[in-house]
Amino acid sequence: MKLSTLQQSYINRRTNSFRGSTQLDSSTDGTVKSPATIFWLVLHGVCCLISLVLGFRFSRLVFFFLFSTSTNNIYTVPFNSDAGITIPVTTQLNHVNSMNRTAVVAASRVVVGRHGIRIRPWPHPDPVEVMKAHGIIERVQREQKALFGVKNPKTVIAVTPTYVRTFQALHLTGVMHSLMLVPYDLIWIVVEAGGVTNETASLIAKSGLRTIHVGFHQRMPNSWDARHKVESLMRLHALRIVRKERLDGVVMFADDSNMHNMELFDEIQNVKWIGAVSVGILLHSVDAAEVSSMVQKEGEEDIMPMPVQGPACNGTDKLVGWHTFNSLRYSGRSAVYIDDRAPVLPRKLEWSGFVLNSRLLWKDVDDKPEWIKDLDALDGDGEEIENPLSLLKSTNVVEPLGSCGRHVLLWWLRVEARTDSKFPARWIIDPPLDITVPSKHTQWPDAPPELPSNDEKEKVFAGTEELSNKHTTKTKTSRSRRSRSKRKHDTKVIGVQ
Amino acid sequence: MYNFIGSAGDVLEDDPVGRLKVFVYELPSKYNKKILQKDPRCLAHMFAAEIFMHRFLLSSAVRTLNPEEADWFYTPVYTTCDLTPNGLPLPFKSPRMMRSAIQLISSNWPYWNRTEGADHFFVVPHDFGACFHYQGSITIPPYAPPQKMHTHLIPDKTPRSIFVYFRGLFYDVGNDPEGGYYARGARAAVWENFKNNPLFDISTEHPTTYYEDMQRAVFCLCPLGWAPWSPRLVEAVVFGCIPVIIADDIVLPFADAIPWEEIGVFVDEQDVPKLDTILTSIPPEVILRKQRLLANPSMKQAMLFPQPAQAGDAFHQVLNGLARKLPHERSVFLKPGEKSLNWTAGPVGDLKPW
Repeated sequence: MKLSTLQQSYINRRTNSFRGSTQLDSSTDGTVKSPATIFWLVLHGVCCLISLVLGFRFSRLVFFFLFSTSTNNIYTVPFNSDAGITIPVTTQLNHVNSMNRTAVVAASRVVVGRHGIRIRPWPHPDPVEVMKAHGIIERVQREQKALFGVKNPKTVIAVTPTYVRTFQALHLTGVMHSLMLVPYDLIWIVVEAGGVTNETASLIAKSGLRTIHVGFHQRMPNSWDARHKVESLMRLHALRIVRKERLDGVVMFADDSNMHNMELFDEIQNVKWIGAVSVGILLHSVDAAEVSSMVQKEGEEDIMPMPVQGPACNGTDKLVGWHTFNSLRYSGRSAVYIDDRAPVLPRKLEWSGFVLNSRLLWKDVDDKPEWIKDLDALDGDGEEIENPLSLLKSTNVVEPLGSCGRHVLLWWLRVEARTDSKFPARWIIDPPLDITVPSKHTQWPDAPPELPSNDEKEKVFAGTEELSNKHTTKTKTSRSRRSRSKRKHDTKVIGVQ
Repeated sequence: MYNFIGSAGDVLEDDPVGRLKVFVYELPSKYNKKILQKDPRCLAHMFAAEIFMHRFLLSSAVRTLNPEEADWFYTPVYTTCDLTPNGLPLPFKSPRMMRSAIQLISSNWPYWNRTEGADHFFVVPHDFGACFHYQGSITIPPYAPPQKMHTHLIPDKTPRSIFVYFRGLFYDVGNDPEGGYYARGARAAVWENFKNNPLFDISTEHPTTYYEDMQRAVFCLCPLGWAPWSPRLVEAVVFGCIPVIIADDIVLPFADAIPWEEIGVFVDEQDVPKLDTILTSIPPEVILRKQRLLANPSMKQAMLFPQPAQAGDAFHQVLNGLARKLPHERSVFLKPGEKSLNWTAGPVGDLKPW
């Protein structure tokens, strides 16, 4: 067994590696083997046997010690090819070398033979050097951007409708961090349903961005249909602010639960008047089994790909139509209310897939294109604005972005907390909500009432307090139980981040 | 737009046509064509330059059919077209081939004896050639396939996020299992010192995105292997990655035309354990300057052997180099009887007729 592997490795090395010139010459020429080669072969065989017995490459070592001449010319590295035979150096190179080195090359500092592998005592990264390296990388990337990126970048104006609810901090922080990473100037317009609140204000103050925080007189309704309408109105409100303040830049709609690719912000710099990007739709489905059963009913054999909304182009990259969301597949199975255990569907084309040049919204601008309707014309119209295409008289002026819609640059998602959601620690809503109802629907036994009950506060879903449906009676989590027993006075704003 | 200090950069754009004349010897096909027929893989490995150079010279404007007016004489011998089954080259027949070719031309034409071969040049793209440091030696870059590299280009604005990049062997387990011989221990030192360092993206894998990764790196290591040079140098220059050359005895290609000190970083083999300190202590302005110089398209073109030949490529740089060596000194032309080189020295085996 061992013999065969040795033989095998021996054979392999003969064929693969650099071979000694003397071996090669004798084998290719076919001349009679000289006594020297026979002697070497015999010795080689003896050494192989010894290696078998002793178990290491004894022969190689012996020959190395016996035959390594300490020459110090270049290119005389001994090639340890066959087991045991040290080729005594390609000497013809030596000769040519020494003769021809008349006036040309300076003496080499290279020493042949075996070198040690130098390892320093602590071969691990030094934190100071790591930081310096990151500084270098950052400087290089800045230079690259300056050379190859967008010249004269425009300000990005992000419009976000929001309102206070359980997942607000989750969603808004995500958007906030994305916007903080944008390498261009940014103005963030946050429109809050139900009026400005301290909670939202403190959240967005952490961003360090220039923000415009305004309130909207309506509260967020509970059904998704109504909610979409209110959101549209909130966005139009923001656009009016853009018009009033004459903000200059590119307007994009960053819904607070969406996820943005950083390349989106680079891509929208290319927009001239109005552009469209592809939006991936992430359907939050409660039940994977439900989704897969829906698939099977439809009779599709492949896994449902992510639906994408956006511009559709023909072969010459001209806009010919739109990929919209097909909601027929989900008819009857979509969420109607916030809490429903069903996927939340987007509109046919979402606002977040469009970007506008802010000058389109300005009043009294001469070079505005004629296909844009004035914002005032929509006031009081009662017309439902589903997406910015309603602001245009003709839709073929829209510029497709992201290599004509082939890159999905952001993802749309709507997910909100449900009645049986668990609250994370220290998640408190400020100002305290109007309706607080003690809940008795948990499986844990009620704690003995050791605290006076008029100090207790419970958490209830925002946005559900105005309703008369069943949701108001619920919401109890273990967290508020604990807080009930600990807190003795009024609620304070405690950050959730 | 790119300010070149010194004449180095301008020299890259010289046109050799009209400045020199080259005569190509007609050798029997056993020296060139037959060898190539036996193993067509020779066209793609890193020594393919010798074959491409021959083809280029045959159809070039500097070629002359009249040996009397030639400034330089070219002997087309494909010395490295001897590959193992794995495609690794065996340079061991080259001396004999070379000697045999020289004997042939010195006996059939008078031009060799006239100058003892001082106005003759060969394309010998490996160590053996570097040993041939006689008067007329020009080091050329190893062959790297230009079309393949061009198909893997990524947009310039892709940010460079890898600090140091290297893919290749650190230990040559087949020939040098204990380590210490391969690369004089330098590659093994790189691995042992920096395998845990997140700034160093080094491994022995063969990723399909090798070329793309080089374009995303700031530094590319070019350590010696069994020989000091490697195609990595060419690849680094083409992809704009600053080459970190760790080879004490390397002779760099076109050293009189390309300012290697200014575009690359040289690290002594004994300083490998301090490589991270060395690289992070380079001021960012110096790094940006090196990248600017590397971005010069004539630099990249000078390292390549495109088919068919284009202006400013490595073929032309060779001719430029030859042209710069003109005119030959008078002493080159020996009086009869004088011998300054003894081409017959060497082991007996090498003198056997090939």
